[in-house]
Amino acid sequence: MSRLTFGVVVFPGSNCDHDAYHAVKHVLGQNAEFLWHKESDLKGADVIVLPGGFSYGDYLRCGAISRFSSIMKEVVRHAERGGHVIGICNGFQILTEAGLLPGALLRNESLHFVCRDVHLRVENSDTAFTRAFSSGQVMRIPVAHGEGNFYTDEDTLKQIEDAGQVIFRYVQADGTVHTDANPNGSRNNIAGIINRQGNVLGMMPHPERGMEDILGSTDGIGVFASLITTLTGAVPVQ
Amino acid sequence: MYKAVITVKLRPSILDPEGKAIEHALTSLGHTALGGVRVGKHIELNVAAADQAQAAQQVEEACRKLLANTVMEDYSFTLTEI
Repeated sequence: MSRLTFGVVVFPGSNCDHDAYHAVKHVLGQNAEFLWHKESDLKGADVIVLPGGFSYGDYLRCGAISRFSSIMKEVVRHAERGGHVIGICNGFQILTEAGLLPGALLRNESLHFVCRDVHLRVENSDTAFTRAFSSGQVMRIPVAHGEGNFYTDEDTLKQIEDAGQVIFRYVQADGTVHTDANPNGSRNNIAGIINRQGNVLGMMPHPERGMEDILGSTDGIGVFASLITTLTGAVPVQ
Repeated sequence: MYKAVITVKLRPSILDPEGKAIEHALTSLGHTALGGVRVGKHIELNVAAADQAQAAQQVEEACRKLLANTVMEDYSFTLTEI
C-alpha cells in the first residue's frame, strides 16, 4: 500500500508540531517529515500540515509574520498546484493571513483562552478532508486558543456558506447550533472552512489531539484518514 | 529621513472585547463619563526616503502588506521629517 508523506511545518513557536507528526506517523503509519520554516524544500510532501502554536510569538498578529517565511512561499505554490494543505489553530490563522483562505481570526469574544473539548458538526462530507465522515456527523475534539473568533464581512460569509466551504461548525452534543456551543464568538459558529478549490482546510479545533483512546477521543482520525483515502485510495487501518 | 507613527485599529464594525473589558474597568472605578473604548496598536518606524510622498508610499505599502490585516483592521499614520 502506498503511503502519503505529510510535511509538518515547524515555525519558531510551533507547539503542536510533534502531535501532528505523531498522529500521522505513529497512529496512521504514514511518512512524516518536519519542515523547518527557513527551508524551501517540501521534501516530497503530499500534504502540508501547518500546526498549532504561536509562530513568531504571534507578534503583530497571529500568523502575520509566518506567512512571509521561506517555507510558506513553497506552501502557497503547493496549494496553487492543487496540493493539499491543512492548517490547525495557528495554522488556520496563517492560512487566512496568507490569503489561502478567506476571513480572519479575532480575539475570542470572551477574552478568555479556551481549552476544552468541543462538539463539531461535519457540514460537508464531500471533501478530501471529510469523506471518512457523514454529513451531519458530530465529532468531539479539543480546542485551545485565545484568538479563534472567525470573522468575515457579510458578503464573504454568504459566499462561503453558499459554496459549501463551511466544513465544521461548533454545535451542542446533540448536533444543534447554539451560541452556548460557540467557544469564541465565531460567525455562524464556524470552526473550519475550506478554500473554493477544495484542497486547503483551516480549522481551529485540534484533530491531531483526538487520535487515540488515551486522549479521550478518536474522532480526529477521520480528517487525516479522509486525506489518505482521497490521495491513495486506501482505507487506513487504525 | 522621516518618522512614521502608525495606528492600527479594529474596524469600527468589529467588536473589540479588549476595549469592552477596559471600559468596564473604567466604569467600576467611577469613570462613568468615559465610554466607547477601542484598543489599537501604536507602531513607530523610521523611513529613509527622498521626500514625504515617497515616505508615505512606503509606509502605505508596509501597512497593507504586513502591519494591518485589512479584513479586520484600519490603519492611519503621520509622517514627520527627522
